[in-house]
This record gives sequence, structure tokens and C-alpha cells, in this order.
Amino acid sequence: MSNKPVPHAKLAAEFLKDEPHRHFHDERLWDMRQKRDEQMHIMPEWQELREQASRLKEHTLAHLPQYLEQFEENARRNGIHVHWARDGAEHNRIVEQILKDHGHSSIIKSKSMITDECEMREYLEPKGISVTETDLGERIQQLDNELPSHVVVPAVQKLTTDVAKTFAKYYHTDPDIDDPHALAEAQRNAARPVLLSGDTGMTGGNFLVAETGSFVVCTNEGNADLSANLPNLHIATLGIERLVPRMADLGVFIRLLSRSALGSPITQYTTHFRKPKKGGEMHVILVDNGRSERLGMDDFWTSLKCIRCGACMNTCPVYRRSGGQSYGSVYSGPIGAIIDPTFNAKKFSTLPFASTMNGSCTNVCPVKIDIHEQLYKWRRVLAERHEIPFVKREIMKMAGRLLAQPAMYRLAISGTEVALKTMPRFALYNYLNPWGKHRELPHPVKETFHSWYKKNRLNKPKAQREETQA
Amino acid sequence: MKIGLFIPCYMDAFYPQTGIATLELLEKLGHEVEYPMDQTCCGQPMANSGCNRDAKETEALFIRNFSKYEVIVSPSGSCVHHIRDNFDAIEQTDEVRHVRQNTYELVEFIHDVLKVREFPWAEFPHRVGLHNSCATLRSLRTASMSELGEPFFSKPKTLLSAVKGISFATPKRPDECCGFGGTYSVTEEAVSARMGLDKVTDHHDAGAEYIVSADTSCMMHQQGCAERNGVPIRFIHIAEILNGARA
Repeated sequence: MSNKPVPHAKLAAEFLKDEPHRHFHDERLWDMRQKRDEQMHIMPEWQELREQASRLKEHTLAHLPQYLEQFEENARRNGIHVHWARDGAEHNRIVEQILKDHGHSSIIKSKSMITDECEMREYLEPKGISVTETDLGERIQQLDNELPSHVVVPAVQKLTTDVAKTFAKYYHTDPDIDDPHALAEAQRNAARPVLLSGDTGMTGGNFLVAETGSFVVCTNEGNADLSANLPNLHIATLGIERLVPRMADLGVFIRLLSRSALGSPITQYTTHFRKPKKGGEMHVILVDNGRSERLGMDDFWTSLKCIRCGACMNTCPVYRRSGGQSYGSVYSGPIGAIIDPTFNAKKFSTLPFASTMNGSCTNVCPVKIDIHEQLYKWRRVLAERHEIPFVKREIMKMAGRLLAQPAMYRLAISGTEVALKTMPRFALYNYLNPWGKHRELPHPVKETFHSWYKKNRLNKPKAQREETQA
Repeated sequence: MKIGLFIPCYMDAFYPQTGIATLELLEKLGHEVEYPMDQTCCGQPMANSGCNRDAKETEALFIRNFSKYEVIVSPSGSCVHHIRDNFDAIEQTDEVRHVRQNTYELVEFIHDVLKVREFPWAEFPHRVGLHNSCATLRSLRTASMSELGEPFFSKPKTLLSAVKGISFATPKRPDECCGFGGTYSVTEEAVSARMGLDKVTDHHDAGAEYIVSADTSCMMHQQGCAERNGVPIRFIHIAEILNGARA
């Protein structure tokens, strides 16, 4: 993985240049946020559910080893093979080995962010193992060789016309199709033969249930059920934080998940996998990949409560206007900005700054992660680790010195001459100049409040003022 | 009570009329107000950039300026949010705690502490769009938040409703951030300016002649976006309306 900081501001600026994309993206996601609000309004217990979900997750995370072992034991009893992967590389080797053991070479796969996180396709494809995404959005992203833009709607940054062009290239359909249904049909036609011939099915999963040793996959397209059930071999990859203790706890999350994500009461399919089908084999790979380490971070461990609904992305005014690709990561938007730095603090050092810290994300989060407060804390951590641009650091040092000396400060704002001496030209011109690119500067005034006060209050006692008024 | 008045740096330099209106309004309401002459800033720009340590001396100066007052009032929600919730670069002495616990944003001070509801001198015969900054909305909680579905309340609107002749426009996305975000406005200027333009357009389309807010920093940014893009809308701080400004 390259360590170069993701140029979020630059990529976002490029995204904004195209009017139809910018407009569609903002409106589409805002519509999801509004539909989420409608669902919230018809459920008086919404805030109580959020509180319950948050507490359940915090409890589970606090007892993670115990519940993981319980899951493993019960899953094995059900006939599921359970594997543990310390990181992405180990995960990918496990998948490769399972396929090798069966003499398989083609995977049909439903959407799972974690296999993207493990960079599984990149690992398997050069080894002659084909991986075909069966989720429509994820397939579009695969064909375009791009990361998912959003955890729920991976190709949300694309217009129908973009998809038509991509499909024309790979599926030889009409490049001018402007009908989403026709495009979905094209994908269906292309996917069906692959689904029928694929020898291995892979899914992610939304929840692991410790008490039953089962796991739950929530989807809207039905492709996960096809991927899991058509072949005889089903591999499911889930992060270790995906646990809930009991089947009874699941209801809290199922009620919140799709309402928060899309504003629909429930996903079209909520499939419980408990044991392999007759004559088939089922594997669950539990992936750590930095999660244990995150669990040990006082300020950031609660980010593991995330159920990947994407509500924070839908409400985020910055995400809506920058597009998921500008985050350079599998996880974008506010949640991405607080978990990505745990994978690579240098590469993702820009993301906690890709926020106005307005706090809307925290308010919509169904498991009550204090996202904007973690963004604030990440900024501190990154500055202390020198993972912020040198110029910014220097400016803040100078600003800190200047603002601590009233006399100096008064001089600095009274004349540009002194200001230029106090702050080197490169700082003023390179750092503060972007203000004027798309905005006017504030208008100059005759006098500061400071000097007005001196004239009208300090040097004019109350009695004298009243006399003048009279 | 004797009130210490905190006028943030950008207001001092670019919007003195807001500082004057705040001072006059508090005086009209019968209070003695003092503006410590050595004040500069609350330290938020450094802290929000992650450079909390660089805010230490500025915070210390702030305490030297304001610890002698029973209450401190500022017409800037964002600064008050910083002082109340994040002002921790310096050691948390009794003095520091006193300042942090007794610093109020102007609207909440009038609404919650003074409990004043009438401004007989105020008249503003215009249609206004109310902009609640994210700091006043989601940190100081001076109004209900759309994400939580809580019953409607708005302290700034309650105060403004007492002003003769005023009417309110309803933008489509009243809680959406305007994109200022302090240094965010320069580090991510393209997104910031786009958000600002969307915000002022939303208010303008809803029929607002003025955007009124308890945060001048948001309006400084919004005004810049409106002027650059030719969106005909004006800006005024809530202190000025409550103090009797007619336009």
C-alpha cells in the first residue's frame, strides 16, 4: 500500500467540477437521509433502540474473546469450518487454500467490504482464481477497477450514463441506454451464467450470533443468497467485531440497519446461515486485521460498534459533495475518516481533516458512535505524530504565538506591513489564499471593535455618554 | 452582574458592528459590560487543527483576561463551544473551570440566564432565514436537531419572534452545515465554498431577504459565497436585530 497521504481536497475539487454528477450525488444521498428521518419519525422508540444497540455492542466488545469462542464452538457444532485470520494476507491465503483443497478456481461473490479491505481480488486473480462480484453496484466498481464509493451503495457516484458506457465495454450492450432497469437486466443476463457455473460462493455477513453459531446476511438484491446457495462451497468472511451475543439481540440491529441505511424498514433479504446444505461445505473466516489493536485505543475503540449502515455518509455534507473516491479507501465518509487511520495513519492522515465537524454523523449513527468527536481526537493524534502538513504546523505555531501576545496581535491586525513581517509571505499567500478562489473576502471596516470600544467606552465614562444621548 | 465581553478576533477586525450591538444590547438589558482590552482569541483555530499545544498560551491569556468576571458572554457560538467543550490545552485549575463553566453564547445567555423575552425597541420588517451554526445546534443545543426527531424548539427563534415585523423563511435543509468549519474553509476550499453556495441558495429560494445567525464566522463565509455567485441575500447577526437594527 502506498503511504502517500490521500489528496482528499484535490480529489473532491475535481469531483465538484462536473455539475450533473455533483448534483445527483448530493440529492441522491440526501434523499436517503430524508427517508431515514421518515422511518425515525414513525418509531417513537428510535432513540431507545439506538441506546440499546450501542450498549449491546459495547458489552460485546468488552467481552469479545469470550463471545468469539462461544461462536466458534457453536458454529463448529453446526458443521461450519471456522478460520481465524490475523490480517488481510492471512485471510487471502486461507481462501486460496480452501479453493485449492477443492480444486476450485472461480468465486461468485456478494458485496462485502471486508474482502475489499483484505484486497482479496488483487491477491487471488494473479493466481488464476476468478472473482466475480454479483452485487450490481459492486460489479460496476469491479468492472471500472475502482474501490467502493459507499458501504451500502458502492457505485452511488455514477450516473446511469456512466454505467451504460461500462456495460457496453464489457457486456457489449448499447452504450446509450438511459434506463436503470435495462441496465439491471443487462447485469442479470451477464451474471446468471457465471452464478450457475461458479464453483465457490463467497459472502460477507452483517452479524455473527454467538449463542447459535450462525451468521446473518442482509441484502436487497438476492445475489448473496444465490452466491451462497448455488455452489456447494460457501465461504463467509466477517470482521471479529460483527458479533452479537444472542439471537434475541439481533432484532435491535435488524430494526435499525436498513432504516438507517436506506430508509426502508428492512432489507429485502435477511438470511440466517446456520449450517452447510446437504452435501455442501461452509466456512467462516473471522478477520482481525487491526481490530484488536483498535479495541485497545481508549479514544477510538467504539468505532468498532459500526454496523456499516452508511447513515453517517448519507448525512455528511462533505461526503455528499466530495464523492467516495476522494477518500482513497474502502471505507469513506465520516466512519472511514475515523477507522482508516487505524490501518495507515500516514496515508489516511488527511481524512480526519475532511470534515467541518458539524456533528450530524454522530446524531444519525444507529449505534451512537461519537464520530465527530473522534475526528477531533484524531486531528490531535496526527498533529502530535507529525502527520499533518509542515506548513500547517508552522502556521499554527505562529498563530499560537501571535494570539498569546496582545500587543503584537494588535499591531499585526492594524497594518499589513506588520502582518507580513509576522507571518511569512509563503504562509499568507499559499495557505490562506484559497479563501478567495470561490468566495469574496470580508469587507474592510473603518475601525476595529477594539478601537471603537476605546473611544466610546474607555475614554467616555457613562455619565458623559448619557449626556450626549440626552 | 458585571459581564466580561468576548469579541472574537475575526469579529473585532471585520464585523465591529456586531460587537457594538452585543455590548449595547446587554447594556439596554441593564447590565454592566466590560471588554478586556488584551483579549485576542479563544484558541480554537489551533485546537481544531490538531495543534492543541499551540493553543496553550492563547488559552492562558484568555483566562488572564476573563477569570475576574462572574459571567463571560460572546456573540459567537463556535468560540463558546470551544471554551466550554474543548478548552484543555492548559491545566484545568479552579480559575479555568470557572471561566469554562460561566462562558455563555449571547442567545443562550439572554434566553436561559436573563430569561428576557421582550425587545420593545426592536423592529425588523424583513423575511429572514435563520442559520443555526453547528456549534450552537449540536454542541450548545440552542435548537432542536433534525437528526434526533426531538420536539421543535429554537432559542434564537423564540427571541426573534418578539421582534416587530419579522417573518421567517423555511429553507429545505435548515440543519445542513454551511461549510465554514474554521481552517476547513481554506484547507478544503472547494467543498467548503460549494457548501456555502448551496446554503445561501437554499435560504434565497425559500424567500429569505436576510440570513440571520448567532455565528458571524459562518456568515462571513456565506457572504463571500453569495457575493461571488451573485446570490442577492444580506446577512445580519442576531445581536443587531435584537438591539434594534432596522436593516
